[in-house]
This record gives sequence, structure tokens and C-alpha cells, in this order.
Amino acid sequence: MKIIACIKQVPDSEAKVKAEGGKVSWGDAPLVINPFDEYAVEGALQQKEANSGSTVTALCIGPESAKEALKHALAMGADDAILVSDSALNELDTAGAARVLAAAIQKIDGVDMVVFGRQTLDNGAGITPAQTARILGWPMLGLAGQIKAQDGSVTVERVIEEGRQSVSAKLPVVVSVVQSIGEPRYPSFMGIRKASKASIPVWSLGDLGMSAPESVVKRTELLNPPTRETAVEIITGDTPQAIAETLVDKILAEKVL
Amino acid sequence: MKTFVYIDHFKGDVQPASWEALGLAKSLGTASAVVFGSGVEAVAKAAFEYGADEVWAADDSALADYRAEAYASTLSALASSQGPDLILFPTTTRTRELAAMTAVDLTTGVLTDISGLEADGDQLVATRPIYEGKVLEKTICSGKPVMATIRGRAFPKPEPDPSKSGTATKVEVKADALTNVEGYSASESAVNLGDAGVIVSGGRGVSNNPSLQPPAGMDEKQAELWRAQQGFAFVTQLAQVLGGAVGASRAAVDAGYIPYSHQVGQTGKVVTPDLYIACGISGAIQHLVGMRNAKVIVAINKDSDAPIFKQARYGVVGDLFQIVPALTEAFRKKLGK
Ligand SMILES: Cc1cc2nc3c(=O)[nH]c(=O)nc-3n(C[C@H](O)[C@H](O)[C@H](O)COP(=O)(O)OP(=O)(O)OC[C@H]3O[C@@H](n4cnc5c(N)ncnc54)[C@H](O)[C@@H]3O)c2cc1C
Ligand SMILES: Nc1ncnc2c1ncn2[C@@H]1O[C@H](COP(=O)(O)O)[C@@H](O)[C@H]1O
Repeated sequence: MKIIACIKQVPDSEAKVKAEGGKVSWGDAPLVINPFDEYAVEGALQQKEANSGSTVTALCIGPESAKEALKHALAMGADDAILVSDSALNELDTAGAARVLAAAIQKIDGVDMVVFGRQTLDNGAGITPAQTARILGWPMLGLAGQIKAQDGSVTVERVIEEGRQSVSAKLPVVVSVVQSIGEPRYPSFMGIRKASKASIPVWSLGDLGMSAPESVVKRTELLNPPTRETAVEIITGDTPQAIAETLVDKILAEKVL
Repeated sequence: MKTFVYIDHFKGDVQPASWEALGLAKSLGTASAVVFGSGVEAVAKAAFEYGADEVWAADDSALADYRAEAYASTLSALASSQGPDLILFPTTTRTRELAAMTAVDLTTGVLTDISGLEADGDQLVATRPIYEGKVLEKTICSGKPVMATIRGRAFPKPEPDPSKSGTATKVEVKADALTNVEGYSASESAVNLGDAGVIVSGGRGVSNNPSLQPPAGMDEKQAELWRAQQGFAFVTQLAQVLGGAVGASRAAVDAGYIPYSHQVGQTGKVVTPDLYIACGISGAIQHLVGMRNAKVIVAINKDSDAPIFKQARYGVVGDLFQIVPALTEAFRKKLGK
């Protein structure tokens, strides 16, 4: 199978992110592969292993610096990587990103499966996979905790609010994965060496034969969430029962029950 | 403003944030509920009771299972013919897909997981969390209709009025599904963290009770899981007394103490209950981003330096195996249960 893993680069989840001067700032926190997309790469690599003769290509829209996130995917075991980068792509909304990803997937040609993460840490929309599927006209197998491909069709265990559903479709398909897919493997020493030497092709919008998609969703303002009074009151007492009584009174006085 | 509200349900069980979306729609103008599925008369009836001015129902065996493509095509066709200004959805696993695809069909955009929506003249301005809620953005959609999925518990839930009723209008079905639903297995326990008013969560600490002697013949991992079961039993009893749901940290999920559907945090669920009680959870940032907007946070942890205490309103430095059952008992007494 020809498998694509779509990944984005985002500020590390430990970063102290703030709105500052109308922009989002994360100080000197590192940019990393979106944590959910590590699961996407893991899911793609599992499929490569389960289906002999398969390849995994990591695909990312982002600035030149996003090559680092692609190198992480290569170090994990992806065969190659493609960066789509264009100065016209700074203000992409999710539908725009989906259009660009769909165009890149079509240019790669012969793709059987595209694996996405559940959502990005920065935008957090969780809709790019389904939009990409819709544009391609391919079935969407969303929120997979497990993927099985056999004889040209794919079955996933979909994790929903009410439990798990087993859903199938014919190739080519778009899949998004959740944490249950399995812990992302650590890059191997060999993988890191290979990744550091890899030269990653950069495609422009011209290469994809398209102009910049127009954004319909626009940000008008950034805010820091109201800071809350966080002074903790530690409840003490001579016995667990005494502590519990005091704590229950305090909680009831909050009138949240 | 003419708003369509998609009522999300699974086998007839409505995701409660659907009604919150209906309430929001009513506050903006006329509200039409949209119900898809097979045998959905009860859902349509409830939509009238929750205040829908009209109900559009696609009731067809081809829609018996939620399948994104068929649902999206049906919704897109309905929206094209009726021209709503706004389509609202509760934020769920299904609606993220459905809204995403419908927006592609209608060449408009989706504002996901919004916690606020205001009309500024003709323009709708939504507030939504980004960067895991570390920052909020105000955002607009210049396409028509505007589409938005609302965060559960962010908008008031209307009271149903059983005297209200009406007749649903039939919607033409587009049965162009590309997937097949082969089977379904329910969660081990019903978990609806997004809508819970109270959540009691357990972390790795729930297995840490050396004085509990596991039955003979267990290896170390089995003994750990056995202890975790006892710990989660205490957590569950407290949740039950409070009419709440059981949550967990990722460490507890990864160790196999409890299924993933209970996980709160970055790679689990983001929750905003009125009361969140964290038992044996250290308070790693990836956990905090999932629960720090709870109204009142209570932390029970052995370690007075645990970062969870920095987010908590009330804390108990102590052993959860002693504190949690005592708390259950005290609530039972005070609440008269
Ligand atoms: C990309 C990424 C995503 C992640 N996503 C999530 C996520 O969605 N959700 C999440 O929760 N984590 C997530 N994590 C993991 C997170 O970093 C922490 O590892 C995890 O939250 C720790 O869980 P814990 O607090 O239960 O365990 P620990 O950190 O081990 O803490 C256990 C706590 O229990 C206390 N304790 C022990 N015994 C007792 C006792 N008998 N009584 C009282 N207290 C006791 C200890 O003092 C300690 O504070 C993520 C990490 C990464 C890197
Ligand atoms: N710039 C991007 N480049 C490649 N993949 C992306 C990009 N943005 C989003 N994705 C993919 O789409 C998923 C969902 O993103 P989102 O809809 O923004 O939450 C991510 O987990 C990625 O797999």
C-alpha cells in the first residue's frame, strides 16, 4: 500500500502559550511534531509492517522550519517526506489546508491510505481529515483505535462517545487515529541518522497547480483566558472522617452540586 | 436569524449539548431542529419540547447508522434548499466530521468547539479555545451559512416543555454512504465526560496501597491491576454518590486500570464540570489542559508538592484510600442518600 501520514508542526505541549500584541507567543519553547500526528505516523508504520511492499510518506504544510517535524517522522521509520511550503499559505483556514493536502495527495498519485492525527494542538479543529476526504471523494474512517487492511478494504475500530464501532470501506481511504492505536515508537539510532541526511523536497502551490485557497474563517481577536484565583485551601483534620466532613461542607458551600 | 440545529444522537440517545445548541439558536431568532436516522420520532418529539420552531427529519433505514458521507450529503442538500444563516451542532465525534464535510459541500467554514457566540450587527463572532485552551480566539466565518459546533456545558440548557408538539417535515435522503458499519460494542461503562456536572478522576495513585493484600498467585502486574480495581471502586462510589462520571489520567489508562474513553486531558477529553475531584493525579500539564476550566477543583494527593494543588481550590494531602471512602460517606450523610 502507498500510505501518507499528514503531520503538522506545533509548539511543544509544555509551552507557556500567551496572546501578546495580537499574536500567539510561546517564548523559546521548541516546535515539535503535533503529538496526535505521532500517532498518525505510528498508525501508518503499523500498516506498512502489516502489508508487505508498503511505503509511508510524511506530508506537511508549513514553513521551511517544519522540515524538523518531517525528520521526526523519517526517524520513526517513514520512507520519505514532502513539505508543502509557500509564502501565500500563511493565513490558511482548515478547509484551505484540506484543499492543499488533497492536491498534494493527488500529485503523489496512487495513494491507498492517508492517515491523519485526531486534531492539532494549536488550531484544535479536528476537521481537516474529514474535509480532505470530502474533497478527494474518499471514505472517511475517523477516530480509529485500530486499523486492519485486507484485500483492498480497510476496517477500523472507531472510538466514539458510546463505545467502539467497527467500520469498513474500500481503498483508497482517509483514516484519522486516536491514542489507542499504540504508543508512537521512538526514533531508532539508524532512523535519526537517515533523517538527518535526508533531503526533503519542497512543493510550492505552483507545483500543485493551484492558487492559494481563500480563507472563509478568520481570526479577529486573541485573548488570554481570565486568570483564576488559584490559591489552594488545604483541608486538615485529625482523622480522614474529620477532613471529609470539613471538605464536604466547603464543597456544598460552593453551590456546585 | 434563521438557524438550523443538528440534533446528534446515537440510537436515539441525544447528546445533551444538542439542546444547548437549540437554546442558543432560539436566543438568536428562529430555530429549526434537524434530525437524521431511522425511527427517530421520539427525537423529533423531544426537539419540539426543547423549543424547536420546526423540525426537519430524515427518517430512513439508509440512515440507520451514522455514516458521514450520507449524512453530509443529506444535510448539504437541505441547507442548500432552505438557506439557513447558521447551522449549529453539539461538538461530538460525529458532528466534527459531519460539519466538516457539509462545509466543503457548501463552500463555507466551520468554527469548532465554540464557547461563546455573539451577533455583532449581521456578523456572528464566536469565541473558541486554541492551543489547548491556553489562548482564546474570536473568529468569524465569511461563508454562508456560518457553521459552528458548540462546546458542551458552555451555553444554558433550555427546559423541555412537554406541552409543545408539532409535525416534523420530511427531508429528502441522499444515501451515498462510502462506509459500512459492521458492529458496535458499548463502553464497559457509560462515560459522557463532556456533559457531566461532576467528575471524579483517578490517576496512577489508585494502585498505590501496599497494605492491600492481593489474592495469592498474582504476579506483580496482576497485583497492581487488582489494587487499581480497588482504588477505582472507591473513585466510582464517590462519583455515584455525586451523580457524576468517572475520569482518569493517562497514566491510569496506559497502565490498563481503566479504558481510554475515561481519559481526561490533551489526548483524551477536555471537560468543564462544576466539580472535578482528582484522586492520585500529579497534575501534569497534559492533564491540566483537560480539566482546569472546571468550576471547583479538589485534589487528593499524598505529595504536598504535586502540581495539581496549584490548580485546585481545595486540597487534601493524604492517602486516597482513606480520604475518598470517608468523603463518599460524608457526602452520603449530608446529601441524605
Ligand atoms: C503528548 C502527551 C499527551 C498526553 N496526554 C495526556 C492526557 O490526555 N491526559 C493525561 O492525564 N496525561 C497525559 N499525558 C501524560 C502526562 O504527562 C502525565 O504523565 C500523566 O498525566 C500522569 O498521570 P498521573 O498523574 O496519574 O500519574 P503520576 O504523575 O505518576 O502521579 C501519580 C500521583 O499520585 C499520587 N499518589 C500516589 N499514591 C497515592 C495515594 N495512595 N493517595 C494519594 N495520592 C497518591 C502521587 O503523589 C502522584 O502525584 C500526556 C503526555 C504527553 C507527552
Ligand atoms: N499544516 C498541516 N500539514 C499537514 N497535516 C495537517 C496540517 N494541519 C492539519 N493537519 C492534519 O489534520 C489533522 C487535524 O487537524 P485540525 O483539523 O487542524 O485539528 C492533524 O492531526 C494533521 O494530521
